[in-house]
This record gives sequence, C-alpha cells and structure tokens, in this order.
Amino acid sequence: MTFDLPLVFALLMGVAILAYVVLDGYDLGVGMLMAGAERTEQELMVASIGPFWDANETWLVLGIGLLLVAFPVAHGEVLGALYLPVAAMLVGLMLRGVAFELRLKAEGWHRELWNWLFWAGSTLASFSQGLMLGRYITGFEPGLGYWLFALLVGAGVCGGYVLLGATWLVLRTEGELQAKAMGWARWGLAWVALGVALVSLATPLASETVRSRWFDFPRTLGLMVLPLATLFTGFWLWKNLGRSDWKPFAGSVAIYVLAFIGLAYSLFPYVLMDRLTIWEAAAHPSSLAFVLVGTLIVLPFIIGYTIYAYRVFGGKARAEDYGHGKYS
Amino acid sequence: MDEALLLARVQFGLNIGFHILFPSITIGLAWMLVYFRVKYERTRDPAWLDTYRLWVKVFALSFAMGVVSGVTMSFQFGTNWPGYMLAVGNVAGPLLAYEVLTAFFLEATFLGVMLFGMNRVSGRVHIASAAVVAAGTTLSAFWILALNSWMQTPAGHVVDPEGELIAGSWLQVIFNPSFPLRFAHMLLASGITAAFLVAGLSAWRLLKAREDAPALKTLAFGARIAALLVPLQIVVGDLHGLNTLEHQPAKIAAIEALWESQRGAPLVLFALVDEETGTNNYSLEVPKLASLILTHDADGEVLGLDEFGDDIPPVAPVFIAFRVMVGVGVLMLALSWGSLRSLKNPSRCLLWCFAGMTFSGWIAVLAGWLVTEIGRQPWLVSGILLTAEAAGEASGAELGASLTGYVLVYALLLLSYMVVITHLARK
Repeated sequence: MTFDLPLVFALLMGVAILAYVVLDGYDLGVGMLMAGAERTEQELMVASIGPFWDANETWLVLGIGLLLVAFPVAHGEVLGALYLPVAAMLVGLMLRGVAFELRLKAEGWHRELWNWLFWAGSTLASFSQGLMLGRYITGFEPGLGYWLFALLVGAGVCGGYVLLGATWLVLRTEGELQAKAMGWARWGLAWVALGVALVSLATPLASETVRSRWFDFPRTLGLMVLPLATLFTGFWLWKNLGRSDWKPFAGSVAIYVLAFIGLAYSLFPYVLMDRLTIWEAAAHPSSLAFVLVGTLIVLPFIIGYTIYAYRVFGGKARAEDYGHGKYS
Repeated sequence: MDEALLLARVQFGLNIGFHILFPSITIGLAWMLVYFRVKYERTRDPAWLDTYRLWVKVFALSFAMGVVSGVTMSFQFGTNWPGYMLAVGNVAGPLLAYEVLTAFFLEATFLGVMLFGMNRVSGRVHIASAAVVAAGTTLSAFWILALNSWMQTPAGHVVDPEGELIAGSWLQVIFNPSFPLRFAHMLLASGITAAFLVAGLSAWRLLKAREDAPALKTLAFGARIAALLVPLQIVVGDLHGLNTLEHQPAKIAAIEALWESQRGAPLVLFALVDEETGTNNYSLEVPKLASLILTHDADGEVLGLDEFGDDIPPVAPVFIAFRVMVGVGVLMLALSWGSLRSLKNPSRCLLWCFAGMTFSGWIAVLAGWLVTEIGRQPWLVSGILLTAEAAGEASGAELGASLTGYVLVYALLLLSYMVVITHLARK
C-alpha cells in the first residue's frame, strides 16, 4: 500500500490548524471580550478558559510543526514573507499568556495593567492571525490593495473569534453574564456575516486562481452548497441564542469548519499560493513516514485525553476554580 | 559578518536564552511538586499542602513563560533560519514534531487538571496528572536535546541519490555521540536550578518570618537535593567534557584558550584573551593541569586552536562563559555541602547566602549553553551547515524592529516574573 504522503500531511496540517483556530479562537475571543465585562464577570470568564488555553495554543505549535516537517521549503518562505505579522502575533500571544498567570498574583494597579495586557495581547494576536491569513491567500503580493484586503481579513478574524468566545461563554456561564454573552454573540455574528461576505467577494477579485476555481460553470452550482450552508448555519445560530446553551457554540464551530473547507478548496493544492504545490514542497518520504507513524499512534491519545480534560471541567465555570492566586 | 546575520543571531540567541530559563526551572520543579503532593497525600500534614500550593504557582507561571517563549521559537526557526530547514529539515523536523506530539500536548493538557482540578478529581488522579506533567517536561527535554546534540555531533544521517540529507538510522540520529551526556547534564542542571530556587525563596521567607515551618522544610529540601545533585553534575560535566574533546576538539581548545597544541598543557584559570594576536595576557595558569584533566596524563597532548585553521569559534566568549559556569558550580557545591549541618536552625548569614543564590542556576545554565552553542560556531550543524548559510532574507530593518519589540517584552516579562515569585515567597 502506498500513501500519497504530502496529501496526508496537508490534511493533517489542515486539521491541526482548524483545531487551533476553533480552540484558541474561543479563548482569544474571551480575552477580547474582557474589555466589555465587569470585574466579577472577568473572573468567571478567565475561569472558563483557565484549564484549556495552554493546550489550545499547542495546536498552533503542531500546525506550524507539521508545516516545518512536511513542507520545509514552504515553512521558510511563508514565515519569511510574514515576518512582521508573525512577530506581532507572537508578542500578543506572549503578553496574554503571561498576563493570564500574572493577573492572578498581582494586586491594585498591577492587576489592572495585566488585565489590560491580557485584552490587548488577545486582540493583537487575533488581528495578526487574520493579517497573516489575508497575506497568505494572496500569495504575499505587494501593493496597497492587497494590504487593505489583509486588514479586512484581520478584522474579520477578530469578529470570528469574538463570536466563538461569546458562544463559549453562553455554553459555560449562566445568569447575567450568559445574557450579556448572548448580546455579544449577536454582535459577533453580524460582524462575521459582514466579514465573510466581504472577504468572499474580495478574494476572487484579489486572486485569479480563486476566481477560476469558484466561477466555473457548472461547478459553481455545486459549490454554492458551501455559502448556502454557512448562511443557514448563521440563521440557525441566531435563532438558538437564548434557547439552547450549546447550539450557538456548535453553530459557530460549524461556520468555521465551512469557511475552512472553502478556504482549503481555494488554495489546494498550493502550499504557497500559485507558486508551490504540496508535492513540490514536501520533505523526503523517509522523514514523512517516520513522523506519520508517530502521529497515527499518538494522535488518538491526544484526542482521548483532551476529551477527558474537557469532561473533568464540564458544566458551568466556577469562579472558585480560578480564584485570587489560589489554585484549588 | 553582515548586519542582518548578526541581528538574526542576536534575536534568536536572545529568544532561546530567554526560553531556556523556564524549562530549566520547570523540569526539576515538576518532579519536586510530585514529591510534595505525594507527601501531602500520605501524611495529610497541611504544611505539605501549603508547600505544594505555593510552588505550583511558581510552576504555573514558569510554565506559561516557557510556553509563550517556546511558541515564539517554533516560528523563529522559519523566520530567522529558513536555510536550516532546507538543509537538514529531514532530520530536524521529525524530532521537533515528536516533541510536540509526545510532550507538549501531554504537559499542557494535564497541567490544566493539575492546576485547576484538585477538587474535581480524586487524589490519585491528581497525583497522576502531576506526574504526567513532570514526565512531559522531561520528554520534551529528551527530544530537543536529541536535536541539539545531533547538531553538535551529527550521526546516523546519509545523503540520498538526489543529494538530499536524510536520516539513515533514526536510533543513531537520536542517540548520537553527545546526546546521553548532554541530556543527563541538562536534567541535572534543571534539578539544581530548581533546588536553589526552592531553597533561595524559602530563605527569603525565613528572613522575614523566622518560624515558618513549611519554609524551613523546603529550605532543607532544596539544600539537600542540591548537595546530592551538584557532585553528580561535576562527574557528568567532566565526562561531557571528555566527550567534547573526542568529537569537537576545537570547542575544548576554545574553552581552554589553548592557542597551540602542546604536551603537558597548563590549565588557564584566568586570562585576558586577545583574539587578534591569538595570545592570552595576564594569564594565571596551573602547569600541566589541562593535560591531566583532559587526557588523564600530565604529559598528554592537547590539540590547540592552531590545528583547526579558520574553523574555530570565537574564543573569548567561550573561555569566559565556561569559567562563569564552573565558578557558579563551585559556589553551589560549597554552599550546599557547607550548609548541611545547620539546616535545622540556619543562621541569618546562611539564609542570606541561599537568598543570594536563588537564581544562580540560571547563570550557570545560560553560561553553559553559551559555551556549547558559541563553541560550535562557525557551524550551525557541525561539518554540515554553516550558520551564515542558514540565515533568512529578513532585512536589517525588519529584524531591528522586531528585535526591539522582543527586547522590550522580554525585559518586562522577566522583571515581572522575578518580582512576582519573590513576592509570592515573602507573602
């Protein structure tokens, strides 16, 4: 039996990145929403993401790690071209990760400072990720138009994370904060709808490859399933806000999955838009095989204990799980 | 060396230097926490619970610092050294991937249970989670040191017909000649760093509150662990040095600032190294000692820097960093052994000594890494890839801007970290 190893790794990398975006997306979103919450609510909000954020961020390292292992040529090219947005994202992730720990231990104005840095770091990281995506889709073309497009995607990703964060809070909190989170989710959804619409319209304009992929009758008719499903999911989510705790979160995850499929379809088989396919960029089969064996053995365990951790901390978040400097 | 390459090196060195501070605490501290937690489960003595609770906070903060600086590193491999992955990605990539797969997820997920789950899971599961986190940190060190050692003493690789460098035997790649000793050296270094951190912060606390029972316990605990590990480290360090002599003789020549090969080479205790002329000024030497240490024969021949042509590292930084590392080690040995009899009722003077040595492990670890990394130059991967060949195309301006950002953030984080954990210990 022979595997198309580059294809397998492209798939694995896609799954890792999707897992990252959804998982870290909700905790980045909660971080951004801190700005709109009262002091006591903030404690609950961070309690709801406390046990998970570390592991969530690990999916980013896995995604980047797989890019590095499987497509070393692309790894250097992509990260080199994204040098500044990557640096900005890293600074954001560092600030928020450390602020998360330090805000627990600080008092007075220090605590305010770390709270603010937690918010600022979350926002900077989210926006930079969108910027990276926007630059990536267009193959790092220079020019003002392409940069404006990237800024648009940056704003869109922030909206997407806010939606994920807000629906996560609907799932994990109750009472006043939950009601507030529903309001945030509506705003987030509107923001996402606008963002997805604009980006979907702008992407074919920005990239000829994408245009020819999507506007090629009669294939276009079949492809319309994706936007229609996204639209339907959006309505379903809106309708279920206030009726169900878990459906809104499931809906926002579904929107991400759909958007991701659309994106993957636009890009495939390029790992570097219009320049490098996954087969051209792939590492040596001996390396890929070695990593694949490990991945197939280890990944089920990772998924298993991740589910275990979510079950341990199931139910509504409790402030005493993450109180003032007291791990219990 | 051109400006962009220098900036790329400074930036990566700064990041990797910042990063290593935290694993060097967490690897050792994780196992100590397992011990504290088991002690509490067995004795139900609240002092052990307080101890666990205090140190788990220090651990959580250190771990977070390690994670965020580690994520940064995973990107900087690509942004700063694209040529590295092109040349040796087939070997380096899988080792990094295995670190993520087998260690990172394990640590990060069970850390959540360890930190937030004490009331949600049974005591046994909680202890198991702490042990899994500790095993994860050690496993992570295993993979990254396998990679680093392979870069120092490559083995097990072959060049395929198309000219690509690939692994011939993964076992030989992983267990390359310098790996076992480097791994042992680093694990011991982490144990010692954590031991002095625990003893030092406990001493701070005792200076403020003389009768604090948990602090008295942890001071003695840290000091005894150090007294046990420091002599072991000296033995492993010596073996590691001999291993380096065999596989990277130029590094040893730089460590000893030995410009010419000679029999009965003296040990230079101190000197002002002049790289221009290739001489040592004002040097203080012990005759024949270098030969004795390195060849176990007073008249044995030690290769000097003249044997290696231009293929030598910068001598002064390697020479100085090595002396800093050994100097700190000697202080550690003296303090940990000297204090053993008076730990039950430590004098204020002794407490001040331990307090002063709180972060001494950091200095030794950083100095040691400087020796081994600068000592490998001009190679990134010994004999295979020059550092200059691996640099990226980021401009001096881009590097300068991001470097400024990193420096500011690192300075802020490091300062906050030290203030917070000192504050935690004194509260």
